[in-house]
Amino acid sequence: MNPMLTVDDLRVSFPTRTGLIEAVRGVSFTLGRERLGIVGESGSGKSQTGRAIMGLTPAHARISASKLNFDGTDLLTAPAKVRRSLRGSRIAMILQDPKYSLNPVMSIGRQIVETLRTHENVGKREARDRAIAMLEAVQIRDAGRVFDLHPHEVSGGMGQRAMIAMMLIAGPELLIADEPTSALDVTVQLDVLGILDKLVAERGMGLIFISHDLRLVSSFCDRVIVMYAGRIVEEIAAVDLANAKHPYTQGLLNCMPTLGTDRHPLPVLDRKPEWAA
Amino acid sequence: MRAAIAAENLTVSYDDFLALDDVSIDVASGESFGLVGESGSGKSTLLRAIAGLAPVSDGRIALDGETLDARYRDKAFYRRVQMVFQDPYGSLHPRQTVDRLLQEPLAIHGVRDAERRILRALDEVGLGSSFRFRYSHQLSGGQRQRIAIARALIIEPEIMLLDEPTSALDASVQAEVLNLLEQVRRDRKLTYIMVSHDLGVVTHMCERLAVMKSGKVVERLSSGDLVAGRISEAYTKNLMVASKGFVRKAALA
Repeated sequence: MNPMLTVDDLRVSFPTRTGLIEAVRGVSFTLGRERLGIVGESGSGKSQTGRAIMGLTPAHARISASKLNFDGTDLLTAPAKVRRSLRGSRIAMILQDPKYSLNPVMSIGRQIVETLRTHENVGKREARDRAIAMLEAVQIRDAGRVFDLHPHEVSGGMGQRAMIAMMLIAGPELLIADEPTSALDVTVQLDVLGILDKLVAERGMGLIFISHDLRLVSSFCDRVIVMYAGRIVEEIAAVDLANAKHPYTQGLLNCMPTLGTDRHPLPVLDRKPEWAA
Repeated sequence: MRAAIAAENLTVSYDDFLALDDVSIDVASGESFGLVGESGSGKSTLLRAIAGLAPVSDGRIALDGETLDARYRDKAFYRRVQMVFQDPYGSLHPRQTVDRLLQEPLAIHGVRDAERRILRALDEVGLGSSFRFRYSHQLSGGQRQRIAIARALIIEPEIMLLDEPTSALDASVQAEVLNLLEQVRRDRKLTYIMVSHDLGVVTHMCERLAVMKSGKVVERLSSGDLVAGRISEAYTKNLMVASKGFVRKAALA
C-alpha cells in the first residue's frame, strides 16, 4: 500500500537580516494510517515541519523538498486553490492554545458550521445538527448550549475540545496536532487526549502528533521521530523507546523529574555539536 | 523549627469570587514547600498574597512570627522575600539590558557594590559576564529565566516565591533551571515556596506540599507520602494519575 504522506528531504528556511535561518534541514518520513509522533525542543523544527505539510509556511520563508506528496498530490507545486481544498477537509491541524486559535468574536457553533459548509455542500439545519453531534462526540455535555457560546465563555479544555470538533467535522484523513494539550491543565490533558485517541482510531485517520514531551508522545503514538536542530536524529517505535540509541533521545527521556525517582541533580543534556551536523 | 512564613486563615476575594478561602500554611526556615493544583485552584493567588500582590480580605500573614500589614509591604520585606514569575518572556523589561535589569533591585534597596554583585549574580546562575549587556530578546527562554532568578537573588533574599518557574520551558531546559534552583538553595540556605501543576517537579524540589482546589487546601502531605501513594483525597489521586501520562484504555482492559 502506498503511504498517504511522503516527505522527502524537506527544507524550510527563513531569510533574516543576519542570514538564512534553516529551521528544517532535510526531513524525510512517510506516514500511513498510523500515529506518528514528532518530538524535539523549541526550535528543533518540529512545528515548521507540520506547518509545511499543512501549507502554512509564512510567505517569506523558502521551502523545498525532493518530494512532498499527499495521496498523489504534490503539495509543493499544487496551485493555491488545490491546497485550500485539501486544507481543513482532508488535512486538518489542531493548534496549541484554544485561547488564540479560535475566533473570539464568533460563536463556537458558527465556527464549526463555517468549517463544514466551506468543504461540504450542506444546508444550515443539517450543518447545525452535525456540529452538535460532533460536539457530543468530543464529550461536551449540553452541546446545544455550548454551540451558542463564544470562546471566552468556555474553559481551556472545553475550547480545545471544540477545536478538535471543528477540525474533525469535515472528516480529514490526516490530522496534525501541534502540542494539542500543552496549554491545558494536567487533569484535563488526559481527557482531551483520550477523546483524540478514540476519534483517530474510530475514523482511521493518520495522525502527526507534535510535542516536546517525549513520554507523552510515546504513550500515544506508534512511532516517534526525534528532531534536533532541524534534522531527524532518531526514528523509533514507541514501544522500543527505552532502548533509544541516540544520546539526545536518552537525554530527553531522563531529564524529566518523575514521581518516585530521587535524582539530585537531574541529568541535563550535554549538547554535542555533532548532533546538529 | 520556627515558621519563616506563615499564612493563617487567609482569604482573598475578587468581587464575589473567593480565590482563596480560609487557607493556612506554614513554611519552616530553610524548607522547600510546594503548592499544587489545577488552574484556578488558588495556588498562584496564595503566592501573590504572600508577596502583597493580591487583595487580602481576611486572615494574616507572618514573616518570622511578625504579622505583616495586609496592604502595605515595606522595602525591608522585599529585601527578604523575592518572587520569580512563570513566564520569562513577560517578566523582563524588553528594552532594558541585563545589566540595567539587575541594577534596578540594587538601586531600589540602595546596595552599593553593584559591579561586583552583578558579576557574581550572573556567574551564580551560570551565564557569565558576556551576557551582561544583552537584551532579553537576545536570550533563550532558559537564559531569560536564569536572569529572572539572578534578579531575585541579587539582593540576597531569604525567601523565594517561585510561581511555576519552569512550566514555560522545554523539558531539557527545565532540568537545568531546577538544578540551578536547588543549588542556590543549598548554597544560600534559602526558603522556597514553589507553585507548580507538575507533581514530578514538586516532589523533586520540595519536602512538603499542599494540594489546593477551588481556593482551599484539600490535603497536606510530604513528598515521600505522595510518592509512596499515601494519599487520602480523591482529588490528589487524580492529579497523580494525570502526572503519569496517557494510558490507552484498551491497553488497560
